[in-house]
Amino acid sequence: MVQKEFHIVAETGIHARPATLLVQAASKFQSEIKLAYKGKEVNLKSIMAVLTLGAGKGADVTITVNGADEEAAMEGIVTTMTKEGLI
Amino acid sequence: MYSFIKGIAASNGIAIAKAYRLIEPILEVTEDCIEDVEMEITLFVNSMKTTQTELEFLREKVRKEQGDEKALIFDAHITILNDPELTDAVKNSIRDEKSNAAYALKQVSNMYVGMFETMDDPYLRERAADIKDITKRLTSHILGVRLADPSLIDEEVIVVAEDLTPSDTAQLNRKFVKGFTTNIGGRTSHSAIMARTLEIPAVVGTGVATEKIKHGDLIILDGFSGKVHLQPSEEMIVEFQERIEEYQMKKAEWAKLVNEATITADGQRVEFASNIGSPSDLEFAIANGAEGIGLYRTEFLFMEAEKLPTEDEQFEAYKKVLEGMKGKPVVIRTLDIGGDKKLPWLEMETEMNPFLGVRAIRLCLLKEDLFRPQLRALLRASAYGNLKILFPMIATLDEFRSCKAIYLEEKENLIASGVTVAENIEIGIMVEIPSTAILADQFAKEVDFFSIGTNDLIQYTMAADRMNESVSYLYQPFNPAILRLVKMVIDASHAEGKWTGMCGEMAGEELAQPILLGLGLDEFSMSAPSILKSRSNIKKMNKVEMEVLAAKALNCRTAEEVLALVKE
Repeated sequence: MVQKEFHIVAETGIHARPATLLVQAASKFQSEIKLAYKGKEVNLKSIMAVLTLGAGKGADVTITVNGADEEAAMEGIVTTMTKEGLI
Repeated sequence: MYSFIKGIAASNGIAIAKAYRLIEPILEVTEDCIEDVEMEITLFVNSMKTTQTELEFLREKVRKEQGDEKALIFDAHITILNDPELTDAVKNSIRDEKSNAAYALKQVSNMYVGMFETMDDPYLRERAADIKDITKRLTSHILGVRLADPSLIDEEVIVVAEDLTPSDTAQLNRKFVKGFTTNIGGRTSHSAIMARTLEIPAVVGTGVATEKIKHGDLIILDGFSGKVHLQPSEEMIVEFQERIEEYQMKKAEWAKLVNEATITADGQRVEFASNIGSPSDLEFAIANGAEGIGLYRTEFLFMEAEKLPTEDEQFEAYKKVLEGMKGKPVVIRTLDIGGDKKLPWLEMETEMNPFLGVRAIRLCLLKEDLFRPQLRALLRASAYGNLKILFPMIATLDEFRSCKAIYLEEKENLIASGVTVAENIEIGIMVEIPSTAILADQFAKEVDFFSIGTNDLIQYTMAADRMNESVSYLYQPFNPAILRLVKMVIDASHAEGKWTGMCGEMAGEELAQPILLGLGLDEFSMSAPSILKSRSNIKKMNKVEMEVLAAKALNCRTAEEVLALVKE
């Protein structure tokens, strides 16, 4: 299991296009990937779950990856989040 | 057997092509108890695959034709389609409750739609529409029903529809769509305006087009007479083919006038400008010989955006237009929202009579957080060209004074903070409300110019909803009452050394132009394709003679009398 905490700095939070790209990035991996915010945990491969989480600007979120390709998955997610200006 | 149907000639030209019925099928989903769970799941999975292929096709097509930005929406749709929460929920419902796939999808989709629709964030509320859209597509494949989809058209056709929404028309491919005909709509409905912009013939308001025309039938669409010919004979096809060629030759003749000024036979000059909806229309306007932009409708910038466009985004758009016109006049109208135009991310109260409610300037004065950034963006852009600012739907002088006060306040603040602002920005008002036309002599002392919006002026003067076909006979640009209002406005402006333009449909009407010229109109702003033809007409007219004609028209009793007079 790999776990990391992130501080969201994007003006619109995990939203719109960055959210779509984040979900697409997560979906490429076999591992189970969870996004947690304010005590609620959702599947990071589900765009609708991610959007309903409502992680806005300034949110502190935790991403947990569990599975065979967990290291690569976390790396891919961090890359996307950085590229899209989420963190 | 040959027959024809008649509607309103909404856009010039003739087309001969196969009919393409763009009609929303009814997707009826009933609850069935299934026996073969695996078969139902396979049906669902296969439908997902077909939907995926279709969305990928659309994404690539839109990417090629309209760019990456517009293709993004399909990316989002594909991501939603593959959402494991959604697909697992459907599969579970098939498995556990023995629901049929279409019904299981409907239940799951409704739950998510409900969830998103009640969210506070306007962006997230909008996502409900995406889920509905995907559900519709997916359901159509589960049920094996063909969905109407204008972007899938890949051969020359004439589109036949009940009505076309702005988003439908935006998806029409000019290469293949040779024209369209609809059951409802009038000369000023969105579909009609769009047809003129795309320069394709259109016949709207036929009442029966979808009933009479079969998918795949060869039909002739005559945008001059407003007729649609069904099952035409060989001779008719040849005859109309010749008329298409004739029209194209005439158009080539008009094209020679692109760089010429608009001058009457007796040497009087007027300005022929173009109406535009976005900076991307500019090229088309210039190619059609526009001497200026008489109306830039900024609301499309707001309607197409996912959220309120920032001041900087607005600034860039306005700057582009001003720079593009290279010092020629550009009239930019502040936000005209309300009535039939809504913003997806802006909460607006449902009104009994939206056209008589909080629209245009009324909304802007209520919501200064919309209005002020737009004025700042305009002021900042003013340094890049010849800007004139136009306030829509002014009913009283107080409204204009409030606008001007806010405008001056923003202007001073910008100058104080070191921003360059043009010195000679004119500020004018739309004359759409009879009270303003009647009091034009007083307004003229305070405004820099008038722009007459005839579509609304006629609607408000005749008290006839322009969206309601049953009263479309009251849409009478040639009614002497309207002409007198127009005259009052023009005379009032001239008495104060100001000018009057017209940006409504009437300014581009071939039959109205002689009268408007005679009444002394200074600027005619129309859809770009009308400019060259109108210029060629004006060159043959004598202004002094048209003044006599206008004086006669003002003393007619009915619109029919005026029309008969002009045709003479």
